[in-house]
Amino acid sequence: MSEGTVKKIMVVNRKAPYGTIYALESLEVVLIAAAFDQEVSLVFMDEGVYQLKKGHQTKGIEVKNFQPTYRALDDYDVNKLYVEKEALEARGLSEEDMCVPVEVLSAAEIGKLMEQQDVLLSF
Amino acid sequence: MLHIVNKSPLERTTLDSCLAAAQPGAAVLLIEDGVYAATRGNSAAAKLRAALGNLEIHVLAPDLEARGMAQSLVEGVKLVDYAGFVELVAQHKNCQSWL
Repeated sequence: MSEGTVKKIMVVNRKAPYGTIYALESLEVVLIAAAFDQEVSLVFMDEGVYQLKKGHQTKGIEVKNFQPTYRALDDYDVNKLYVEKEALEARGLSEEDMCVPVEVLSAAEIGKLMEQQDVLLSF
Repeated sequence: MLHIVNKSPLERTTLDSCLAAAQPGAAVLLIEDGVYAATRGNSAAAKLRAALGNLEIHVLAPDLEARGMAQSLVEGVKLVDYAGFVELVAQHKNCQSWL
């Protein structure tokens, strides 16, 4: 691929998986951005933390389980995954419940990271 | 940076999420049903007033007017029209929509 501009792109995920198509669409965008060698980070806030809750079993609802894709992100050099501390706590979850290595940050710390981005994409 | 909230604070928690993450000096723009947060008597108005201390809060006037709330705007909140909306987006480095 030709040399282009590299932007800091943050994909902000704030919806639970499966109830809507947002989580899956977000992953598609992440993979596309990574394919273009952009500096991509993912944030999981509010209901979005459920996307990373270990052990999705989607056979019963006949929907593709896209959780394995999160584990593949590292192969695309996407390894900045941030999870909101308050959102985990409000849902009885902890870092150990996450299906991939993440960095747990407060909402305010995530807000600081947002300030540093070139582009924010909301899902 | 600019934060945009488009949901009523009594229907969804997006305003809370926004206010928890927004850094001092940031701008917030309330549009669509989000404008209700900036109306007197709304139970979210108190947290909005508190946020006015370190955030610049704007409301999209056409959305406020459409809802019959033009006379109820919380003091200290700035009104913008569509051109002002565009200006806010252009003025800031980036923008997060709390959908």
